[in-house]
Amino acid sequence: MASAKTAATAGAAANTLSQTKPPFWRDERVRGIIAQVAVILLLVAAFAFLIYNFLEKQSKASGPAISFDFLTNIAGFQLSFSIIDVTLDSQIGHMILAGMINTLLAAAIAGFFATILGLVVGIARLSKNWLISRIAATYIEIIRNIPLLLQLVFWFGAMIAMLPLVKESVTIGDVIFLNKKGLFLPKPIFEGSIIIFILSVLLAIGLAGVIARWAAKRQIATGQQFPTISANIALIILLPLVTYVIVDPIVWEIPVKGGFNFKGGFTVQPEMTALIIGLSISTSAYIAEIVRAGIVAVSHGQTEASLALGLKQSWTLRLVILPQALRVIIPPLISQYLNVVKNSTLAGFIGYADLFAVIGTSQNQTGRAIECIIILMGFYLAVSLIISSIMNVYNKRAALVER
Amino acid sequence: MTDMTDTPIVPGNRPSLPPPVTESGIIGWLRHNLFSSWFDTLLTIAAISLLLYVIPPIVNWVFLDADWSFLPAVLVGEKAPQFSDCTTGGACWIFVRARFGQFIFGFYPEAERWRVILTFIMLVVSVWGLLAERVKNKKPFAWFFFAIFPFLAFFLLHGGVGLEPVSTSKWGGLMLTLIIAGIGILFSLPIGILLALGRRSQLPVVHLLSVIFIEFARGVPLVTILFMSNIMLPLFLPPNFEPDILLRILVGVTAFASAYMAEVIRGGLQALPKGQYEGAMAMGLGYWSMMRLIIMPQALRIAIPGIVNNFISLTQDTTLVAIVGLYDFLGIVRAGSRDSNWIGTEIEGYAFCAMVYWIFCFSMSRYSMHIERKLHTGHRR
Repeated sequence: MASAKTAATAGAAANTLSQTKPPFWRDERVRGIIAQVAVILLLVAAFAFLIYNFLEKQSKASGPAISFDFLTNIAGFQLSFSIIDVTLDSQIGHMILAGMINTLLAAAIAGFFATILGLVVGIARLSKNWLISRIAATYIEIIRNIPLLLQLVFWFGAMIAMLPLVKESVTIGDVIFLNKKGLFLPKPIFEGSIIIFILSVLLAIGLAGVIARWAAKRQIATGQQFPTISANIALIILLPLVTYVIVDPIVWEIPVKGGFNFKGGFTVQPEMTALIIGLSISTSAYIAEIVRAGIVAVSHGQTEASLALGLKQSWTLRLVILPQALRVIIPPLISQYLNVVKNSTLAGFIGYADLFAVIGTSQNQTGRAIECIIILMGFYLAVSLIISSIMNVYNKRAALVER
Repeated sequence: MTDMTDTPIVPGNRPSLPPPVTESGIIGWLRHNLFSSWFDTLLTIAAISLLLYVIPPIVNWVFLDADWSFLPAVLVGEKAPQFSDCTTGGACWIFVRARFGQFIFGFYPEAERWRVILTFIMLVVSVWGLLAERVKNKKPFAWFFFAIFPFLAFFLLHGGVGLEPVSTSKWGGLMLTLIIAGIGILFSLPIGILLALGRRSQLPVVHLLSVIFIEFARGVPLVTILFMSNIMLPLFLPPNFEPDILLRILVGVTAFASAYMAEVIRGGLQALPKGQYEGAMAMGLGYWSMMRLIIMPQALRIAIPGIVNNFISLTQDTTLVAIVGLYDFLGIVRAGSRDSNWIGTEIEGYAFCAMVYWIFCFSMSRYSMHIERKLHTGHRR
């Protein structure tokens, strides 16, 4: 009875509600628009205030408020390491480019080693051998709980302390030398015939693709198998090797000992080595955890089902476990690579000329703060945008197709 | 062989045999975990030899060969301690003992250090009150921590009315590290909540602005943000207002931490079942009361492990303030080992630093794992 009565009154209320329009400030859409306009106004006011202050301060100084002309000035400083040629007379823009290349180079090398090390430690962490798994766990816990900068300065200090003097250089066959000034390697000088060599590499990769496709087609049609992997590995190694021997496209420039240092060849400074060791080790601890989580995420039933279907142990790993584990592993792995690029900004603390260090010096010399920060932020944002779009493409391809 | 079913087993007649030695006890454990196959045995031997190669030199350096105590001449105040007092060839812990006060408090005047200690005790008590399970009534702790403590701490550390002022340029060491990380987390929490709500908002302008801020701050390295806030902040503020260098750094750190905090809280928001939102709306709650009373208390609870992890990485990241010339814990230890009396103590300094960071961060990460495990027993979709 009572509920029927309430329902009746509620119905009446609804009727009156539908007849009289609610006041506009109760309308959700209107409130949304008001809130957004308020946010925009607030933001515009804040920016106007900041820019007004900026212009006020700039008007006292001479010259335009923002100008990228300084990029063509002569730098007047030298970089400790660079792949492209830089001299004291290089333009600042050229120096900044060298810094960008240095950043990407260090990050790429560190990312490579970190992946291998992280894979090994992550698998060791899952080992059934108690000792191995404890050692891996200890490694991970030590590395992850000590600041990266502390690790970098430690490796740099330890390296400088342990490496031999120039006089007492360690050498491998009088071709590679190691001392306090760095690691001296033979430098490749490319001849014109390098093009033939590159073409042969491309040809080998292309042929491998054709063979893989043909083998897969034949297996589907006839059931016959072809040793695709070993054949392709042989092809990709052998064909370029034969070409290399025939056309001999590279001359090696061997470092020679001078008065105080080695001349010629290709030098890897201790700064760079310390940076790469520090970054690789610290990133490897995170990658190890990612790898472990990925493998654990594939349920044991998958392995059992695949073995029950009669697949070999190695096929189970390659065709069942890995594709599923990679789906979990790859996205966080890619964001670790992004972290490596970002963390390489610490290079400046140990004297490696990465982008941040070069920008810092340029800003000091020219006083062009805003422009320098725009270049710096633009570069890192571009890198992170590229890396995250790669991740998105992968995620879209790897996403589970659910019913 | 007789059929098992024909002979009934009478309990107590025959004593049950103990499991084979090779399957139980220490031997069984060793067989299963260290020597289960020839490859396993090989791995074990390799691991043991690695440990034998690495650990003894470290133990020797850190403990057995190390110098621990001051020379008698130093103790009676005849001379200052220095690196050459260490003669055994192991670690020179005299360096850490001589500089300990500076490592913790920076250049904070010795007579005023009780203020730092008092602040730290209040911080520990209020955080314990907020997080401990046995404390049921968290309201007084929350009021104290969020409303009173920040002002009290500022007054105590910075001085003013009645207390001798200590300028921020004298702050340093572990104290500065904890202050930067603590303030970063404290302020990033409300900003992060707003950003997370903004990112999940239906309003396009609010959503877009939140996404731009979060992705920008997460896309660039912290060093560049510190560099930017250090150089650009003075350029964009009124001429008569020159922010203190610590303040500029705190603005940068807070902006950076807020973006990460927003993502952690967004994770918490997304983990809540939709029914919570619908239930709150069906009760007739508006947006803000729904968030304040229903959604946020649950989402923040889920986000606690992530918040703690953020705090750990922020603590590690504060080492980067060295870029603007502040002496945080690592910075002051490095500066100490560059002192002419202590040249050669670099590795000791790093080892001490690493140990302190490790103890701090490791215990925090254990705590966050403990919370995570506890939460998983509750409602989980």
